[in-house]
Amino acid sequence: MPDVLRSDVLRYLGQAALYAVFALLIGYFSNSPRYRHLAPDEALLRLSFSHPGKVMAACRERGAAELEKMPANMRQSQDCPRERSPVRVSVELDGAPLYDETFAPAGLQHDGAAAGYRRLPIPAGEHRLRVKFNDDARIAGFNYEHSQTVHPVAGDVVLIDFAADRGGILIQ
Amino acid sequence: MPASATLSVSGICMAHDTSRSAHRDIPAAQSARNLAANVFHVLERAFDRVFGVAQNPLRQLGALGFYLFWIVSVSGIYVYALFDTSIDGAFRSIETLMIEQPFAGGLMRSLHRYASDAFALVIALHLVRELSYGRFSGFRWFSWVSGVPLIWLGLAAGIGGYWLVWDTLAQVVAIAMSEWLGWLPGFGDVIVRNFLVQATLTDRLFSLLVFLHIGIPLLLLLGMWVHIQRISDPMTLPRRNLGANLLGVLLVLCIGVPALSQAPADLARVPAELPLDWFYLFALPLLYRTSPGELWLLLALATMTLVLLPWMSGGRRPAPAQVDLANCNGCSRCVADCPYGAVVMQPRSDGRNHPREAVVVTDLCASCGICAGACPSSTPFRSASAFVTGIDMPQWNVSMLRDRLDQALTGLQGLSGSVVFACECGADASVLAQPGVAVLRLPCIGMLPPSFVEYALRSGADTVLVGACAEGDCEFKSGEELMRARLKGEREPHLRANVSRERLRIVSSVDPRELERALGELRSVSNGFESAHSSIRSRRGRVPGRSNA
Repeated sequence: MPDVLRSDVLRYLGQAALYAVFALLIGYFSNSPRYRHLAPDEALLRLSFSHPGKVMAACRERGAAELEKMPANMRQSQDCPRERSPVRVSVELDGAPLYDETFAPAGLQHDGAAAGYRRLPIPAGEHRLRVKFNDDARIAGFNYEHSQTVHPVAGDVVLIDFAADRGGILIQ
Repeated sequence: MPASATLSVSGICMAHDTSRSAHRDIPAAQSARNLAANVFHVLERAFDRVFGVAQNPLRQLGALGFYLFWIVSVSGIYVYALFDTSIDGAFRSIETLMIEQPFAGGLMRSLHRYASDAFALVIALHLVRELSYGRFSGFRWFSWVSGVPLIWLGLAAGIGGYWLVWDTLAQVVAIAMSEWLGWLPGFGDVIVRNFLVQATLTDRLFSLLVFLHIGIPLLLLLGMWVHIQRISDPMTLPRRNLGANLLGVLLVLCIGVPALSQAPADLARVPAELPLDWFYLFALPLLYRTSPGELWLLLALATMTLVLLPWMSGGRRPAPAQVDLANCNGCSRCVADCPYGAVVMQPRSDGRNHPREAVVVTDLCASCGICAGACPSSTPFRSASAFVTGIDMPQWNVSMLRDRLDQALTGLQGLSGSVVFACECGADASVLAQPGVAVLRLPCIGMLPPSFVEYALRSGADTVLVGACAEGDCEFKSGEELMRARLKGEREPHLRANVSRERLRIVSSVDPRELERALGELRSVSNGFESAHSSIRSRRGRVPGRSNA
């Protein structure tokens, strides 16, 4: 085989090999290696809520002298502070504390809803969940509490939510 | 001046000689850059041998990025035309596409996926290559900095695409990204509440996602346009053969391993293991290995480092080109040849009888000297007491080049001599130094006025070798191409037709062995000229042909 022809054949073979490497690289890393983000025997507990806590202080009646000093268009008889209470959440799994955190209300004046989201892997199987909420800083302890037995299999999602209009704590 | 000599004039080139880097990096960073540059050198030379220099994909990564963007766009438009932007319809419409149109829809969907992956790969390689070659500071700061947002936009466009399929992978990616974005003040943990249960999802959300998946690539395209604004005549498409081959390879991959959806999304369950697309979703494991805040910090630091890199390295910028109005006739050849649009024409300011004059935009000037090579006043045959041209580099001007050439020619006296004009950024021409060979190095081969070749030959050199950067991969973008066109007589200023082409060779390569081979061939041919030129050598001492400017 003439040298030139042999050289060309080798070049084309080299190109084919490099294109194949490129295709393999793209094809492989487009799907592999597989990523495991949960152990095979784990379920996932997702806690998520968005809830405005109670206002931090009760409304106060303004006196006549105080009202007199205010512009006429702003003379509200009550002074109601806007700041809301943070929301404290506590989760127990089979009687053992799993999670406890306090979420601050949103907004510069702390007058928005407190929102929280946490992702907690738990072992699959039967568990007794006890969830407690406190949305009023003026009271000690918790003003919402809910217990429920759950049976997640591996890969199941157990969701803890809070909806005041549906009775408070929801586990599904 | 010894008969074997090399003369370096600038030292500004970094891409092919990292030991001469103008950057003042910290030692570890410098070592890493040098290592990466050496890896690229080895790979590029190997690829040159296999693909040929002009078709070497490593030398046109940016152009490949543009090309892949268009493939992704065209395939994406096809898929979008058949995509249903609703919760129930998103997954179903993609599956229908794959089943009912396996050779059109299926191929287009797979092409959309794999071309996107290839886009991420070539952009990453493009970034690392430019970084390792030190092409991020000085006049290049704008292209570098404007490239940084493109990384974010490219990732956002790619990741957003995964949401739309609404399979289990989409579900995990959507939730993870929501968790990550939720860490930011102002977003809060409410974003992820869109993905709590099936009932919280709305069709409007999918409309928004589609809007983002179209809008972000449009922003990316805008950013890509800005990215190349400071380059004259940028290369935005690869060579035809390379482009066709790449498309062919992607199509073969699409047929062999079609992109498939995972199971439909089910928010009541979470897949423990996922087939991740590591080109776009590499941050997902990082997110769950660290925390949203730490991932933000890591990415913010990486981004800030990239943005500030041009100023962190602290290299001294060479002086820009200067115009000498007394020698500028406003011909605008420098404007035509400047690769970065750093020379503009303006109305004459000195009252001379020419309508316009060249003006250098110093911020854009690369100090490559291509403008000096383009100037018709840069002819070495001028015998004015001071050799000054219309536009020149202050620190290594054409007068210095002529002096050094004269010096070299004197050193060749009595020998069968060759002059090598070599680009500092191309092959290392110092290996050619031997008795009878004078090597003159220039910051860019485009700085060489073609009349210098004629001057060398008429002044006693038997042969002239011109060594340029690899074809299509000039450090200053177009020096090699311009020089080749000038020597062929296709571009002004051209090498005069009566100059013997047999005694001249131009080699575009970063491989010194190619220069050695070309010089050997040239010198063997030149032996035939030996007797003819012996009389010229005997008369050397006077430089022929100089005339008053």
